[in-house]
Amino acid sequence: MIVPTMAEMMAQGKQPEVLFWVGAAGSFDDRAKKITRAFVKILHQANVDFAVLGTEESSTGDAAKRAGNEFLFQMQAVTNIEVLNAYEVKTIVTCDPHSFNTLKNEYPSLGGKYTVFHHTQYIKKLIADGRLSVNDSILKNKRLTYHDPCYLGRANDEYESPRDLIKRLGVRLTEMKRSKSTALCCGAGGAQMFKEPEKGDKDINVLRTEDALETNPEIIATGCPYCNTMMTDGVKFKEKEADVLVLDIAELIAQANEL
Amino acid sequence: MQYIPNIIFALILIAGIGFFVKNIRKLIRNIKLGKEVDRSDNKAARWKNMAKIALGQYKMVRRPVSGILHVAVYLGFIIINIEVLEIIIDGLLGTHRVFQPLLGATFYGFLIGTFEILAALVFVSVIVFWIRRNVIKLKRFWNKEMKGWPKNDGNIILYFEMVLMSLFIVMNASDIAFQEAGIGNPISQFVYPMLKGFTPEMLHIIEQSAWWIHIVGILIFLNYLYYSKHLHILLAFPNTFYAKLQPKGQLDNLEAVTKEVQLMMDPSVDPYAAPAEGVEDEVPEKFGASDVTDLNWVQLMNAYTCTECGRCTSSCPASLTGKELSPRAIMMKTRDRMEEVGANIDANGGTFKDDGKQLLNDYIIPEELWACTSCNACVQECPINIDPLSIIMDMRRYLVMEESAAPQELNMMMTNIENNGAPWQYNQMDRLNWKDEE
Repeated sequence: MIVPTMAEMMAQGKQPEVLFWVGAAGSFDDRAKKITRAFVKILHQANVDFAVLGTEESSTGDAAKRAGNEFLFQMQAVTNIEVLNAYEVKTIVTCDPHSFNTLKNEYPSLGGKYTVFHHTQYIKKLIADGRLSVNDSILKNKRLTYHDPCYLGRANDEYESPRDLIKRLGVRLTEMKRSKSTALCCGAGGAQMFKEPEKGDKDINVLRTEDALETNPEIIATGCPYCNTMMTDGVKFKEKEADVLVLDIAELIAQANEL
Repeated sequence: MQYIPNIIFALILIAGIGFFVKNIRKLIRNIKLGKEVDRSDNKAARWKNMAKIALGQYKMVRRPVSGILHVAVYLGFIIINIEVLEIIIDGLLGTHRVFQPLLGATFYGFLIGTFEILAALVFVSVIVFWIRRNVIKLKRFWNKEMKGWPKNDGNIILYFEMVLMSLFIVMNASDIAFQEAGIGNPISQFVYPMLKGFTPEMLHIIEQSAWWIHIVGILIFLNYLYYSKHLHILLAFPNTFYAKLQPKGQLDNLEAVTKEVQLMMDPSVDPYAAPAEGVEDEVPEKFGASDVTDLNWVQLMNAYTCTECGRCTSSCPASLTGKELSPRAIMMKTRDRMEEVGANIDANGGTFKDDGKQLLNDYIIPEELWACTSCNACVQECPINIDPLSIIMDMRRYLVMEESAAPQELNMMMTNIENNGAPWQYNQMDRLNWKDEE
C-alpha cells in the first residue's frame, strides 16, 4: 500500500495535513499491523494527505515511564520531539491510546506541542467534515460490545467518539456492566504488557473478557492494540474464538466500507 | 456557686478545642514533611472542584445507596451543628435555649424541628451503614487491610453518631417547656410520652444530663478525628481543592531528569568539565520516592484524607484478581509511616532520627507496586479525588532509577527501547515493513 514518509514528503517540498504515528505495536505486532493497515485504507478512502515517520519513528517512552524509568522516557521524548519539530509537524493521529496520551499530555512541557487525535476521533472528524461515510449494511445487526481502553477513556475522558462510530455501523451495541469511566482495565497498561502478572487468583484479561462475554457478543470492539491482544487472549482462554471476534474500530469501519 | 457549671463548661470547651488545635498543628506539620508542589494555578477550576465534589458530594452518588445515605449523614451533621452554637452559648452564659427569644418561637421551632428530622435521618442512615459493614459484610469493608483498628474505627464512628443523635432527641424530649409549647418537636414528641413516668425534677436531670453528655460527646468526637479515618470531614475540602487538574493520564515529567537529559543531549557540554563553583557540594537529587518525605505534601494530605471507604480497591483490576495491591492500603500505609515519622520527630526534640525504616519495603512492598496497571480506576472512583496512582508511580521511579530493581522482563523491555526504539527486539529499520505485507 502507498504510505509516504515524512522524509519523502519533505524531499518533494510537501507538508502533509496529518502525521500518522504508528507506534511500536502498530509497526511490529502481527495483530496490530492489521489495525494499522485498516486505518491507512480509511485514510486513503477519505483522501487524507498523510505521512508516517517510518524508520525515524521511535518508542514514545510511555511503557518506560510507567515502568518508572523517567530517564529513558525523557530521552525518547526529546529524540522524538526533535524529529517531529524538524518536520514542523502540527497534527498527529495514532491508533494507540498510550501514544495518544503521551504525545498529547506529556510531550508539551518537553517542547513537543501538537494537536493529537486518537484514530476514532480523527475518523469521526472525517465523517463530520463530509470526507468519509460509513456503510451500515455490511455489519447490520451484529451483536457488539465495546471495551474502553483506559488511556483513551478514564485517562483522557474520551468515551463518545468510539461509540459514535459504532452507532454508524448499524450494529447492536450492548454495554458491559463496567463501561465508560467504570470500565475494567484489560490488564496491559502501566507496562504490564511486557511482564508476567503478579501472583493472584485470576488474570485481569480473563476477568475483563468475562465482562464482555456476559453481553453475548459476536464482536468485541476496542480502540487499542494492547487491549486487542489482551482481549484476544482472554477469548482464547475462554475457548470462544470460534464465536467471538476481537476487532479494532478501524477494522470494523474498513470492513463495513469493504476496503 | 451558681457560676460553677458555667466555669466547668468553659474549661471543658477550652480543653476540648485546645487539644484539637494541638493535633491539627501536628497534622499540618506532618503534611509539610512532603516536598513542595505547586498547586496554585487555575483557582477557578479548583474552587469549582471543591464546591462540586466536596460540598456537592458529586462523586459520592455514583454509587446510589451509600451515596444518598452519606448525603443524609453529611447534611445532618453540618446543619445540626448550628445547634451546637446555641449549646455553647447556653453553656457559657448559663442560659436555656438562648436563640428561642431571639429568633421568635415559630422560626426557632422550625429550625429545631428540621434538626430533629435530620437527626432521625442520620440515625437511620448510620444504622444502615452499620448493617452494611457488619451484617451484609460488603466485601470492600473486609479486605485484608481492614482488620483490627481500621475495622473498629469504622464502627466506633458509627456508634458515636448514633449516641450523639439519640442524645439530641432525648434532650428535646425531656424539656417539658419545649414539649408543652409543641413547636419544633416532630420526632421528640414521640419520645416525650415514654418519659411520662418521671417526675419533673427527674426529667430536668435527664435533660441536663443529655445536654452535658451531648456537648462533651461532640468535643470527644472532635478530638477522635485525628486518630481515626474520619478526618475526611475536614480534609475533603482542601483535598479536592489541591487535587490534580490535568487529564488523569498525564504523569508529571520529573524536572531533575529533564535537566540531566538536556545536559546529555547538548553537544556543547564538556562531559569532563570540572563542576562549577559550589556545585560539588550539592547532594544529587533522589529520583522517585522510598519514604514519605520523598512524596509531595498533596500526596501526604491525600493519606490523611482517606476515609478507607474502599471504592478504589473494589474497582482496582489488580485487587479484583487477588493481587497483593490495594490502592486503599497504599494510602493507609503512607499515613501510618507518616505518623511514625511524626512521632519520631516529636520524640527527638524536633528532628527526625534515622529509624532504619522507610515506606518502601517496611510498609509497601515492590510486589504491590508492580501489580498496578496505571488504569486510573482508583483515581476515578475516589469520592474526594485522592490519587494513589501517583504514589505508586513515584515509588516505581525510585525502584528503577535508584535501585535498578525492576522485574527482569521490564529491564529487557527497557533495554529494547534503548537499543532499537521499541519495547520488543525488532530492528528499527523494519518499522515500515507493515506497508508491504498482506
